[in-house]
Amino acid sequence: MDIQSIIQNGVESAIGRDAIVYALAAIGLNVHFGYTGLLNFGQVGFMAVGAYGVSISVLEFGWPLWAGVLLGVGAAVVLALLLGLPTLRLRADYLAIVTIAAGEILRFTFRAAVLRDFTGGSNGINGFADDFYRPNPLGTGDYGFWRIRFSQNQLWVILVGWTLVALAVLLVWALMRSPWGRVLKAIREDEDAVRSLGKNVYSYKMQSLILGGVIGAVAGMMLSISAQSVQPDNYGTATTFFAYVVLILGGTARILGPVIGSIVFWGFLSVTETVLRQAVDQKYIPNSIMNSVQVGQVRFMLVGLGLILLLVFRPQGIFGDKQEIALAAR
Amino acid sequence: MIRKGLALTLVLGACLLGWGAVAGAQEPPTTTTTLAGAPGVPPAPGTGEALQGTLQYRNADRDNVPVEGADITVETADGQQVTEVSTDEDGKFRVDVPGPGRYTATIDPKSLPDGVSLVDEDRASLTVTVNPTQARTVLFRVASGETPGARTDNVFDKAARLAVEGVSFGLIIAICSVGLSLIYGTTGLTNFAHGELVTFGALMAYLFNVTLGLHMFVAAPLAIGCGVLLGFGLDRGFWRPLARRGTGLIAMLVMTIGLGILLRYIYLYQFGGFSRTYRQYSLQTRGLEIGPVTIVPRDIFTLVLAIVVLVGVALFLQRTRMGKAMRAVADNRDLAESSGINVDRVIGFVWAGGTGLAALGGILLGLSEQVSFLMGFQLLLLMFASVTLGGLGTAYGALVGSLIVGLFVQLSTLVVAPELKNVGALLILIVILLVRPQGILGQSERVG
Repeated sequence: MDIQSIIQNGVESAIGRDAIVYALAAIGLNVHFGYTGLLNFGQVGFMAVGAYGVSISVLEFGWPLWAGVLLGVGAAVVLALLLGLPTLRLRADYLAIVTIAAGEILRFTFRAAVLRDFTGGSNGINGFADDFYRPNPLGTGDYGFWRIRFSQNQLWVILVGWTLVALAVLLVWALMRSPWGRVLKAIREDEDAVRSLGKNVYSYKMQSLILGGVIGAVAGMMLSISAQSVQPDNYGTATTFFAYVVLILGGTARILGPVIGSIVFWGFLSVTETVLRQAVDQKYIPNSIMNSVQVGQVRFMLVGLGLILLLVFRPQGIFGDKQEIALAAR
Repeated sequence: MIRKGLALTLVLGACLLGWGAVAGAQEPPTTTTTLAGAPGVPPAPGTGEALQGTLQYRNADRDNVPVEGADITVETADGQQVTEVSTDEDGKFRVDVPGPGRYTATIDPKSLPDGVSLVDEDRASLTVTVNPTQARTVLFRVASGETPGARTDNVFDKAARLAVEGVSFGLIIAICSVGLSLIYGTTGLTNFAHGELVTFGALMAYLFNVTLGLHMFVAAPLAIGCGVLLGFGLDRGFWRPLARRGTGLIAMLVMTIGLGILLRYIYLYQFGGFSRTYRQYSLQTRGLEIGPVTIVPRDIFTLVLAIVVLVGVALFLQRTRMGKAMRAVADNRDLAESSGINVDRVIGFVWAGGTGLAALGGILLGLSEQVSFLMGFQLLLLMFASVTLGGLGTAYGALVGSLIVGLFVQLSTLVVAPELKNVGALLILIVILLVRPQGILGQSERVG
């Protein structure tokens, strides 16, 4: 066992691209699920419109990056309106079904061969993020300490990404201690009581869906820009469920829950995966039980099992408060 | 009682896990299933950058025929030739390239066998970007003179054929989703793992049919039996104890998602990402011709069996004590309980019966298409569309909704590309919620 490379992979994942992207996606989900009690199972749909919004407007329309970002945000708002209009008046599980369906509709559409000239079909779109890397003040080279090294581009992604996470955290913190945020929390606790106080519950839910969706779209943009490519199959339902695990692990309805959740989640996944990979490579685990392809699948089993165990034994996650989670029946 | 249920679940799980060594040894080489993974999944180490692909076309029987001996040239972006290869007997080719970057693969149309040509002559040369450690697939579309399109007929004939396929598909969805709707109706739980119960039946039948070599007529009932036991075990060993602990419905809903992922990737782990067929699958004699529609005996069998089963389910719900009790609990749980119905027992029956039906649906789906670890999950959203359309929680709503969705999905391929056919069904789901959220057969309730 190479302990050093286990630690190295763990730390790199815990502060790297995936942790940033899922922290942002989970902050958006926290607004939906944690604060308002909306069951959005299509967060990946918001990520996808953000990612495709940026890449299509840069490559196909020839727009500058900032205009693409605006388009992506606009697309997320439109998507939230489309999803929210039919479902926000209904029972919670209808929103769940419709959002999960919408995420898949978007993926099917983006990977459809008939739209290949526009979306690149199942191959996706590559090479649209030059505008992002151009203002990078860091010179060419490796940065970091010990064995943890990042190229100037990776470090630029990490710096910008964590800045965005911090801004999103600040925004959510400020909003949730405002009267507006208190109404959201009240809707989560008892919708009818809020309605009887004369608040327009439908409108508040819609605003929450839009806010969380836009944060999700930013997560999608970070994912596509850091990879410099958009692949439709990266935007499958599994992505949403990863974000849910991140959120519940860190603590639902806690400002820093998604951030800590993401760091712990990716650190843990990376460490287990490196350990398993080494064990398989060095034949501690015989190939008849697990081969190198199956190592990658263990991650998904751990996510599924983790989701069940968390909800059975510690639904409030690391930081949460049991009183503040909308997990009861409605 | 709880112990027994848990033990059952464990035995079934062990059964599934122990099967990997057998099933894994005989992975067929071709068809892979597209897997919607999450980003950040690292590629297998040790694989360098490469371009690869399989050259094949579909003949009139809709079978894939590999093209051997076609010449493919790979060049770097600045026009330097990397290598030239010919496809092997399976139509496959693979070119290891020196590193990440842009490459152009060109196929020589003259090297294709007689009667086979490129679908789009402008796409004889494809430029792609290869990411680090990526084996990038390059797709050249070829067709022979006798393409499936060659059997063209007028729109009405095609519509008739699609309608038959649609009814058949709709009946399969109906069998799968009766359980989904009844479980929702009796317990309030939206079961996002229901697709995995469908896959479970299909995989168990594969295990008995192919791995153990039993005839399909023996394998299918055994697989359905396993499904019944799984459903019973899930209720007794998992959901009921959780409900006793006071776990909320939303928490349970999120747990079904976790359970779904867990099961799906256990299937993938044991079964691999390949699509397979059952053993008696190729037993196809001449089809029966009814007007413009040709049905092979297998499909007639599926159709008849599905109708018989659904009529049986309807009679059961309508005539028997347990069936009436199920409808009563689905309609109003508290009222049913107070009039002396043993609600726990009814829910146990619903889980067992619903999972058994889902297993049967999975087998029928595996017969009419193929068996893969994702088949149930791909059906899940169509099942949700069906039960929402028919009325979530009602028993007959699932039947009506499924038929409509099945027909719509197949008939929509008249107008839209087949790869987008599921999109239409999911759009119906959204429209239905706008217009009539309680579904066709559901009763409206005051919400919001």
